[in-house]
Amino acid sequence: MPAIELHGLTKSFGPINAVDGLDLVVDEGICLGLLGPNGAGKSTTMKMLTGQAIPDSGEIRVLGFELPREAKNARAYMGVVPQLDNLDIDVTVEENLAVFARLYRVEDVGAAVDRTLEIARLTDRRKDAVDKLSGGMRRRLLLARGLVHEPKLLLLDEPTVGLDPQIRTELWSLIDGLRSRGTTILMSTHYIEEAERLADEVAVVASGKVIARGTPSELITQHAGRRTAEVYGPPDRLTEVRGEVEAAGFRVRAAGPAIAIVGAETAPPGLIPEEAIHRAGSLEDVFVMLTGEEAE
Amino acid sequence: MKPVGRLEPAVILAVMGRELANFRTFWKSTVFTSTFEPVVYLLAFGLGLGSTLVADVDGIDYVQFVGTGLVATAVVFSSALPAMFGTFVKERFQRTYDAILAAPVDVEELVTAEMIWIALKSAAFGCFPLIVTMLFGLDPKPTMLLVPVFSFVTALAFGAFGITMAGLVTKIDQFNYVTTLVITPLFLVAGTFFPIDQLPHGFQIAAQFNPLYQLVELVRGACFGLDPIDLLRFTGLLALALVMWRVAIRRMTRRLVI
Repeated sequence: MPAIELHGLTKSFGPINAVDGLDLVVDEGICLGLLGPNGAGKSTTMKMLTGQAIPDSGEIRVLGFELPREAKNARAYMGVVPQLDNLDIDVTVEENLAVFARLYRVEDVGAAVDRTLEIARLTDRRKDAVDKLSGGMRRRLLLARGLVHEPKLLLLDEPTVGLDPQIRTELWSLIDGLRSRGTTILMSTHYIEEAERLADEVAVVASGKVIARGTPSELITQHAGRRTAEVYGPPDRLTEVRGEVEAAGFRVRAAGPAIAIVGAETAPPGLIPEEAIHRAGSLEDVFVMLTGEEAE
Repeated sequence: MKPVGRLEPAVILAVMGRELANFRTFWKSTVFTSTFEPVVYLLAFGLGLGSTLVADVDGIDYVQFVGTGLVATAVVFSSALPAMFGTFVKERFQRTYDAILAAPVDVEELVTAEMIWIALKSAAFGCFPLIVTMLFGLDPKPTMLLVPVFSFVTALAFGAFGITMAGLVTKIDQFNYVTTLVITPLFLVAGTFFPIDQLPHGFQIAAQFNPLYQLVELVRGACFGLDPIDLLRFTGLLALALVMWRVAIRRMTRRLVI
């Protein structure tokens, strides 16, 4: 049985179609990255998975429960790590966890708090108020709070947004640990590197629907090709190269000060300038080609 | 894990446990304010007016008249205002309710727990003016043990009212309208500082619909002698609390489940 099944999901806010016919199936035991630009409908989808947003139409099944009717039952087996820090900052680390252990009806609250403190590597800070913690520790505590009842499914909504690279790497290793223990994870992100690093499969979301789905290597093969050629130079030169390459049927995207020609392995000799730098196709190429958005 | 039900006591207690954990970090300032304010009011109105203009009201010493009336003031200010501001801040700025509702908790349980927590605090704070008035000569009576019960039920209604307002406003400044147009008039025509029979006839009729006035009458009844009509007053407050409870749940559901 899949952990999550979404069929024909729609949700509008006035004239804005936040989610527009989204279909998605997440099998048990995998980490699926929901990759999309800001405003693609990822957070709204996450809210519908917890019953905090009601779809206008479509079907949602989570862990066998039909939502939104059985959302409360489904939430008992789900852990949620929100995008925004909503910890109680004046309260101690262990009290933050104990409150949620009780909300999740955990029988041995003390053991659950000890276990999650261990996972988040915060055992020695358990008596400290949350506002005494660093940003990275607070994020680890947020993650620990979502694990206090040993959920079957973990929803991570932009888990590392706004964090510096070191803290991001720390969190990735924690999430990696959960993934290897078999917890099903649905992670929304707009960071390519995060999706590449953590996700077994990636669903690219744009304008409220899934526009591509597969393992990172499958997506790269299907949508970007094996090799990408990056050409650097003055704007006039880049415009000229772009025109020639596109006329030959190849797709080109802006890549900072350069242009990137995807699927370069099939280009005829002489089409791609000699000074071009060749590299492997990447998920970033896929993301930009599919969504038209600059990658982060 | 067994299937989750409606209005589970364990969940309501868990939400209240969160409030308690937070309250432990700031209880001193709240208790100080709740104790100090009635003393100031008693000194200003009870001793000030009482020693110069009014000796007694219907045979009740003016200090004791004001002191017993201040219970209602303490109840409304420790229920409606924290419910309005606290709910809005937790919903809008701290995103606390997003976290709680991601757990197997529904809006009905969340609102119920918040109301009970607010009412418990108010019932306790409502006793402070009474205790202070005892220092000014009010004789203790067994029926005074009913005062926290009266305060609790009234605070449930005002707590639910505050939560409802928090679910209606879009900016925190809009609470100014609520305090100016609702709370202050209710407070002033509750019979706290002067008997309402001195008001114009229309105001006297309006005061009968003022839950604070009913609480003031119940508290004075508990202190100076209950009447059979007090049962009707209490039933009215209970009915109001029940209606406001459902209204608050409905309003917050619309706010929290989009």
